[in-house]
Amino acid sequence: MAYRHLLEAQVRSQAQYRASLAVDVAGSVLFGVLDIVSVVVLFRVTPTLGGFSFAEVFLMTALATCAFATADLVVGNVERLRQYVRSGLFDALLVRPLSSLAQLVAMDVATRRVGRVAFGVVMLVLAAAKAPVEFTPARLVLLLMTPIAGAVIFGAVFVATATVAFWWIESGEIANGLTYGGLNFTQYPITIYGALFRRLFAYAVGFAFVAYYPTLALVDRPDPLGAPAFLGYAAPAIAVMAAVAAGLLWRTGVRHYRSTGS
Amino acid sequence: MTVIETRDLRKEFTVRVKSGWLGRRTRMVAAVDGIALTVQRGEMVGYIGPNGAGKSTTLKMLTGVLYPSAGQVRVCGLEPVPQRTRLARRIGVVFGQRSQLWWDLPLRDSFALLRHVYAVPATEHAGRLAHCRRLLDLDAFLDVPVRQLSLGQRMRGELTAALLHGPEVLFLDEPTIGLDLVSKQAVRAFLAALGAAGDTTIVLTTHDLADIERLCRRLVVIDQGRIVHDGSLDELHARYGSRRRLVVDLDEPLATPLALPGVMVESMQANGRRITYALDSTTAAGDLVSRLAQAAALRDISVLEPDIEDVVARLYTRQATP
Repeated sequence: MAYRHLLEAQVRSQAQYRASLAVDVAGSVLFGVLDIVSVVVLFRVTPTLGGFSFAEVFLMTALATCAFATADLVVGNVERLRQYVRSGLFDALLVRPLSSLAQLVAMDVATRRVGRVAFGVVMLVLAAAKAPVEFTPARLVLLLMTPIAGAVIFGAVFVATATVAFWWIESGEIANGLTYGGLNFTQYPITIYGALFRRLFAYAVGFAFVAYYPTLALVDRPDPLGAPAFLGYAAPAIAVMAAVAAGLLWRTGVRHYRSTGS
Repeated sequence: MTVIETRDLRKEFTVRVKSGWLGRRTRMVAAVDGIALTVQRGEMVGYIGPNGAGKSTTLKMLTGVLYPSAGQVRVCGLEPVPQRTRLARRIGVVFGQRSQLWWDLPLRDSFALLRHVYAVPATEHAGRLAHCRRLLDLDAFLDVPVRQLSLGQRMRGELTAALLHGPEVLFLDEPTIGLDLVSKQAVRAFLAALGAAGDTTIVLTTHDLADIERLCRRLVVIDQGRIVHDGSLDELHARYGSRRRLVVDLDEPLATPLALPGVMVESMQANGRRITYALDSTTAAGDLVSRLAQAAALRDISVLEPDIEDVVARLYTRQATP
């Protein structure tokens, strides 16, 4: 498969700078540690957060970290679209017989971010063991599916925010607000947020499906906000919708691509 | 067989113009303003014009990079943007400034990767690569990472990269820009051989008249988004009266001015010891030189080819002042 070869080439290219790679992997683990530390610190001053215990919030955080770190590893660098558009290098992707988005993803996979994913998986195992989960086959599948669906949702957000560059090259911090901000949002129960904020991010963007609803289903709790229980299993469907929407946005963006002079 | 066909092809960009303080207006600018172009299989077409004339924009619409604002475009019978990936297998593109090569990997690896990108059968790929290695002298730097290649070496790599999947049409945007003379000649000779084989249609933009003279029987000149000339180079020179110049340095000024048909004194400097003659396209410089040599002691001579920018600039001012 062509994309596999592009991916390998990218890994080989990055391996050329070995010292820098080692430092970056270590740094990426540190990011993972910080994700968890912030939750631990919060629970030193409060026994519950938005009605949830430490073990429950820890599970949400681990799910969110896994999802985000995976998306960041695979498509996080899609934000480099801005440089491709500004320099006109995007032209080179468009004259090849492959999807421009898939090429960009394959050519910019940030292998160094693998550290954060690994740390996230370790945390998820710990959190699942610590949380009051009665494991059934359905819940086990849910536990495995949730980080994947969450990664797709985050991936869609990464792609959707990156496409802004097709219209507006000076876009920058908006994208980070939704992606990195999204990680912080999904780490905590949505009950702690104000109604407007919650409607926007939890429901409209779909962030509630990354960790919150699946955690409710895992620990078998009804939603304090009254959402139906089946939503705990709805993340894959939401993920597909998000991916389709991001793909359409990308297609529209490519048609608006202006290239650069000469 | 028609390979490229466009009708009323247009591309407009919105440009923001500052007006007053804080105010900004948007204005539509047509980079390509109604281009009709038909290219047959095996033709070599030089596409020229001053900076900002719309050359690259046209090329990008032909290759599926840019979506036209209006008009029709067909390349290899396909509509470039909707059928972009199908078209990409049948065309080769060298955009000088946008490399197709992997910066951090040896040149050899880029070629191997492109085989997978274009899904080319291994034997075909090996055959074409061997051909390019021979004609473009690639062997000396095949194992060097692309970032360490000289511009000339990289351009030879880009050419190879664009041809490994056996494209029917090759688009080149300024393939010789910035190259030293030896590399320029290598690139030109290679393209000339490719064109002479007759299977590949070649469209190239350039600022270098020598590229056109060496390679293209057909010349399309555009200015401000419109085609202002479509024909041979000689036709262009005949039509717009562009002239070569002969500059001679003499030991002493000429006793009597030289009169030859098709030759005109353009300027005299250094008290008549340096004369610049303008020759029309039918006059051979040799005749003038031998006549001069009889009349006076020649110290130095040089021939200046007509500058394509000059021709185009003149052509445009002629149109503006009928």
